[in-house]
Amino acid sequence: MIRFIFKGLLRDRQRSLLPVIVVVTGVFLTVFLHCWMNGILGDLIDFNAKFSTGHVKVMTKAYAERVEQTPNDLALVQTGKLTETLQKEFPEMAWIQRIRFGGLIDAPDAQGETRSQGPAIGWGIDLLSANSTETQRLNIPKSMVKGHIPTQAGEVLISEQFAEKLKVVPGDQITLLGSTMFGSMTVYNFKVAGTVKFGSAILDRGAIIADIHDVQLALDMPDAASEILGYFKTNFYNKELAAAEVTRFMTSSDPADPYSPVMVSLRDQNGLSSMVDYMDLVSAIVISIFVMAMSLVLWNAGLLGGLRRYGEVGVRLAMGESKGHVYRSLISESILIGLVGSLIGSAIGLSLSFWIQKHGIDVSGFMKNASMMLPAVFRTEVTLPAFYVGFVPGLFATVIGTSLAGIGIYKRKTAQLFKELE
Amino acid sequence: MRRILISLVFLPGLLYGQNPSANKILEQIDRNMASKNRVLTATMIVHAQRGERIMELKVWSEGDKKSFTEYLSPARDKGTKMLKLEDQLWMFSPSADRIIQISGHMLRQSVMGSDLSYEDMMDDRKLTDIYDAAVIGPDHIDGQACWVLELRAKTDDAAYYMRKMWIDQERNIPMKEECYAKAGKLLKQTNLSGVKKIDGRWFPTKMTYKDMLKTGAGTEFIINDIQFDATIPESVFSKAALR
Repeated sequence: MIRFIFKGLLRDRQRSLLPVIVVVTGVFLTVFLHCWMNGILGDLIDFNAKFSTGHVKVMTKAYAERVEQTPNDLALVQTGKLTETLQKEFPEMAWIQRIRFGGLIDAPDAQGETRSQGPAIGWGIDLLSANSTETQRLNIPKSMVKGHIPTQAGEVLISEQFAEKLKVVPGDQITLLGSTMFGSMTVYNFKVAGTVKFGSAILDRGAIIADIHDVQLALDMPDAASEILGYFKTNFYNKELAAAEVTRFMTSSDPADPYSPVMVSLRDQNGLSSMVDYMDLVSAIVISIFVMAMSLVLWNAGLLGGLRRYGEVGVRLAMGESKGHVYRSLISESILIGLVGSLIGSAIGLSLSFWIQKHGIDVSGFMKNASMMLPAVFRTEVTLPAFYVGFVPGLFATVIGTSLAGIGIYKRKTAQLFKELE
Repeated sequence: MRRILISLVFLPGLLYGQNPSANKILEQIDRNMASKNRVLTATMIVHAQRGERIMELKVWSEGDKKSFTEYLSPARDKGTKMLKLEDQLWMFSPSADRIIQISGHMLRQSVMGSDLSYEDMMDDRKLTDIYDAAVIGPDHIDGQACWVLELRAKTDDAAYYMRKMWIDQERNIPMKEECYAKAGKLLKQTNLSGVKKIDGRWFPTKMTYKDMLKTGAGTEFIINDIQFDATIPESVFSKAALR
């Protein structure tokens, strides 16, 4: 029977071509959009986790309230002891100290006077320890453009774009002009070890990365850090587990003390939770709209087909075929169309998504003035749901469309069939 | 007004007014406070959220375009020097052995962690060139009768949209200033006290600056010693003097 219907569809392409094209288009768009949204969201979370939020972050309460200003006068103190406590109390996570800072980077001329300068955002990270995981976490080896990763105190990395602006190359001296933890002014010399390109507009505009001990010296922050980041040792962010860790930590936090450490999970930083929820919602709405639109188009196609096949259905009814049988055969045809269309649509959508997952799309040209921490290369992410997120609605929309259009069969009056056929 | 208050420390005042009554008041302040040059030593106390920092400094200034500041203590800041010539500012750090020009957005940063910004130090335009001034009524501060002046920006590049200043009616010195944003938010507040008669003129020797957007309890600037119309060698106001 299936073979019979399939042959009918192949031989009468007017019956199958438009519905298949509609299903293929809808399924392709659904699959691709799903992978695109997943990819952007995944990159966004991953990028923020690595550079800014960790899977959880520990800061002072006062610092957390103004975190976007990186107020190091409100930084954590006695961080060595605090980190040890965190490692003991939360052994499922890796804990690392970081200092984030802002300031002016000044490049001197031969007389030691200002030749060029520009504002910078800085990271003090563990660059020099033998067992440091930070260079890998921030993908520094693959981001290197010139020079080498710092191997000794006083060496720094700066973004390639910033280096070009300042006209400095590896080996040159630069000076940080900023504020110490106690509000005093600091002027501290560094040597450029290398330049990096992270692929994020905000970082590539003016980033400087130094070893945390150098930054502690420069900003007068002995045994202090802006924040302590926690990463699950599995490297995967677990929303529920992170929330549980935060709840457990916060039982020992003193809400009345502005310098008491507080823990915040990834979702609750940088507006990520609302962004994730928003993108989930958009994704659901888009898929619903596609299913609805496909159903309407296929219903319309079914109606047109019904009109075109008015005579055929009439003859079949006149020959004694039951209305139910005709209706079921149309549904069977639609299942086949849905299957074929969904398979082709999924295949195209997945293929394109796999390609973009591998190669990415460079959107840096649109993000020159971006103030959010976003990667400059967008990639799709092909997940297991991508294999059925378009396929299932593609199939159902076709069947629903045909079911609606086929209702007309039951309205045909057998007594008038021969008159109509004449 | 902020310029006046900064001028009390770093520069001699030069003030004019457009509104007749406001103009008269500003001229009286100028007459009382203006001098060819001045040399002063002062203590700056920054009340930050995590404690206070005390700095000693010496300032040489000439006219409203030149000033030279040297920090004498604490040890971390000792030897730091700043030179302002016209609209340019350089600083020298002995620890880095660098002369750095402060420009662009850095001018909005705090001077040595205080509640004063470089921009506040640098703005040497006449108030009446930037603001429309008017007397809005009398008031009292610490029992002293004051005139309250309101200055509204008439140029787009004014640091503050509106300023209010309280002027001592008897001694012709500013007692208080408030600086506002266009939305009406109070951005900075300055209180002046410790008024003394020095070389025949009334002069406030203590200024308390508060940047309302910063945590902490403000910055006190206490003049320990001040000389008007002293002899200052021209070499003081040169980049060579920075090192």
